[in-house]
Amino acid sequence: MSTLLETWESTFNQLGDILLENLTSNEQLVIEMGGEQSHFMRFNKAQVRQSGLVTDATVKLRLISQQRTAYAAFPFTGDLDVDRAAGLDNLNYLREVLPQLPEDPYVILPQNQGSSHEVYAGQLLSPEQAAAAILEKMGNVDFTGLYTSGPVVRANRNSAGQKHWFATETFVLDYSMITPTEKAVKSIYAGADWQQDQYEAHIAQSKKQLVVMERPVKTVPPGKYRTYFAPEAVAELLAMLSWGAVSEASMQQGGSALAKLREGKRLSSMFSLRENFNLGTVPRFNDLGEVAPEVLPLIAEGQLANTLVNSRTAKEYGVSGNAASGSEGMRAAEMLSGQLASEEIVKQLDTGLYLSNLHYLNWSDRNGGRITGMTRFACFWVERGEIRQPIKDLRFDESLYSFWGENLEAITDFQALVPEVDTYEARSLGGAKVPGMLVKDFTFTL
Amino acid sequence: MEFDLQKALDALELNADWVGLRQVSETTHTHVVRDAKPQANGRSQTQGVMVEVLAQGQFGYAATNYLDSVSLQAAADRAYQQALATAQWGVHQFTTDVRPATKGHYRSPVQKPYDHLSVADITGLLTQVCDTLKVSDKIVRTSAFAQILETEQRFVSSNGADIEQTIWMVITDYGVTAQDAGVTQKRTDNGWFARCYQGGVELMEPQAILNRCQTIGEQAVELLTAEECPTTTTMLVLAPDQMMLQIHESVGHPLELDRILGDERNYAGSSFVTLADFGDLVYGSPLMNITFDPTISEELGSYAFDDSGLEAKREYLIRNGKLIRGLGSLESQVRTDTAGVANFRASSWNRAPIDRMANLNLEPGHSTFDEMIESIDHGVYMESNRSWSIDDYRNTFQFGCEYGRLIENGKFTKTLRNPNYRGITNDFWGNLDQVGDRSTLEVYGTPACGKGEPNQVIRVGHASPVCAFKEIEVFGGVA
Repeated sequence: MSTLLETWESTFNQLGDILLENLTSNEQLVIEMGGEQSHFMRFNKAQVRQSGLVTDATVKLRLISQQRTAYAAFPFTGDLDVDRAAGLDNLNYLREVLPQLPEDPYVILPQNQGSSHEVYAGQLLSPEQAAAAILEKMGNVDFTGLYTSGPVVRANRNSAGQKHWFATETFVLDYSMITPTEKAVKSIYAGADWQQDQYEAHIAQSKKQLVVMERPVKTVPPGKYRTYFAPEAVAELLAMLSWGAVSEASMQQGGSALAKLREGKRLSSMFSLRENFNLGTVPRFNDLGEVAPEVLPLIAEGQLANTLVNSRTAKEYGVSGNAASGSEGMRAAEMLSGQLASEEIVKQLDTGLYLSNLHYLNWSDRNGGRITGMTRFACFWVERGEIRQPIKDLRFDESLYSFWGENLEAITDFQALVPEVDTYEARSLGGAKVPGMLVKDFTFTL
Repeated sequence: MEFDLQKALDALELNADWVGLRQVSETTHTHVVRDAKPQANGRSQTQGVMVEVLAQGQFGYAATNYLDSVSLQAAADRAYQQALATAQWGVHQFTTDVRPATKGHYRSPVQKPYDHLSVADITGLLTQVCDTLKVSDKIVRTSAFAQILETEQRFVSSNGADIEQTIWMVITDYGVTAQDAGVTQKRTDNGWFARCYQGGVELMEPQAILNRCQTIGEQAVELLTAEECPTTTTMLVLAPDQMMLQIHESVGHPLELDRILGDERNYAGSSFVTLADFGDLVYGSPLMNITFDPTISEELGSYAFDDSGLEAKREYLIRNGKLIRGLGSLESQVRTDTAGVANFRASSWNRAPIDRMANLNLEPGHSTFDEMIESIDHGVYMESNRSWSIDDYRNTFQFGCEYGRLIENGKFTKTLRNPNYRGITNDFWGNLDQVGDRSTLEVYGTPACGKGEPNQVIRVGHASPVCAFKEIEVFGGVA
């Protein structure tokens, strides 16, 4: 691990001690920290568009007193003098705000459920090496995307004595290769140990796939088609469930796309979904420092098994919590595999669409479970069990009660780990482990 | 902004062709009340400096939130090293021409800053909002959100730029969920976070807010028993709070030159527009006039200078239906030899600027609202966006709204629920049939337009009159 992380951990611990020592007897505090030192390099046409490094960290305090709570977030620099001054200033701000707030009947008090310390060191490219390592053997290919690399930290501590520290060094190369006719193959090379041979093999595989994309494009008219979704496409559909579906609060407040499951409706018995923190890519503790179960079934053989419930929701609705995040979204989703072998996919699909990726999904009718979105990147027309040609992108509009319900025909016997690559404000951690799936009568509208 | 940025710049030891320091400090006060109970209250502060260096025709950057001379020098060294390490693979040989030596300042119009209201005042108002929204037992959820932000930016450079901009913003969102007999409907205050403006807490005038909330609650209940939007092809009338989304997705994004250049093809996507289309493409009907205008003080995306230091001006992008100019910064302009605008914008100190919208507006036409509706034999009117999806070339789209009304023989006859429509950008704008006059114009925006690798969100404003489009495919929800 880098010197920076050692400095951050030491300063975070000392800052925590100072803040906790400053509490009065009727105050309780949760201290959250997130930080990263990231190298970002952006590519277009196998050239570098922008490249740089960002060192950023934030501490968030949640003060609880007399049935009231408020938060304050401020920059964390690793310099104890600077951070102590900012921490105490923000503690004082919270003391000024709290008495002005109404009582909060669902305020959650910090608990000590045990501490953790996880550090995963990686072997990353140095910022000086990265461009050459990535581009030198790229050859004459239109390569576009983002390389992200460096340490990420999540930490949490509270006045009940609980401490968590999670640090990991990772890289993600999220890229597309694009033909002159603008058809593309998308792929991700990610991990903790950059291995040049492995990287070059990955690139070679993408170049090979690109050859198929150079075939003439087929325009498929709107209609219902047998459709195979590769794991990356399934991951896009699953991600929608974190947006007003698996959340208990959304269930209770009329906003869940899965509400019909609670009313007794079932999906296909082939469809099972769970949170599985054994995947090891993301900390088990949430923003309050609560530790989630290692495995939590959400949908078991088509039936709703659990929703994601954070402590606040649990208190408000009198249900059991399961240490979900504040937004009650999935953090370590796993869709269970089925029986369809890789070599049987196009044979069983027979004639229809093979979709590698989807794009820009949104609920078109959330209560009906209906999702609209686009096909994107390597998507093909398959005829009589053979991949024929890439398709002109299509818009779909279909209910999950159909494609994970009566129209789900098969799930692959393999899964892929699809990493979370979002970098809004900060780098995301984790990902979803998902199989591919074969669906009949999937509706394309435009 | 106590840190002396100019002094820090002067102290840097660097053998570069150019260096710029961009400091951003932002404080966000957030207050959320749900069902008249406090949900989240607090403030977030972020502060840091991005050092940008030009060497061998390539820019490199390094950003840090630790504002001292040692940290800034280390960041400058890293930025310089990145420029050198990537120069042989740069997309363009840049010069200091893309970083003008501009001096100036900008400040949002603020009548009442944040501290004009106490935390108790704000949470009290939001609680009242929830109470007002709950017009019936069929309302199962009420929510009230208010965010007040102050952003201070300073940009200094080795060729003499010195810009200070202070931006105050207020973002609000009020909404309800109504439920009865297995039907659920939501209604909000003109769509998801659409009410976002530059200014102070004078934008939170209680009586106006509560009046709107009464209507929001009543319309949510009204939607429970409304008919589904019919599936048909008809005249579509869009209110300004849906036009903003239509402009944003099907005009703004496809005109961004960095998308046309291919920078976004791995993430946000490309564009159906090509460089050859500027000055030539008929984008829409002759009634279509689109301006890029960061100079309208209350709109969310206003500023005087972009993050390269270029002075911001109002420009027509589409005039009488014809495409004439793209949304391209100085960097994109030299890469394409195409006219652009001052739109090089970063979300904060920790992201590099890219081509963005600012305020993108549809200029008013000549129809009054009443004249427009009276002229329509059959049509559907839609308000307030609730669903949006468009392809990566910004061509094929499907959008959904909260509230619809059927138009028959020049009159509104029924309320419609789950109104959706779909189309293809160029055809859709070609079918622009009527544009409302200034009396129908309303200003909205979005605080969270996502784009870029690494990802960043930016704040943009959109003003539009009511518009009518002929022969559009409309439809309802799940049967």
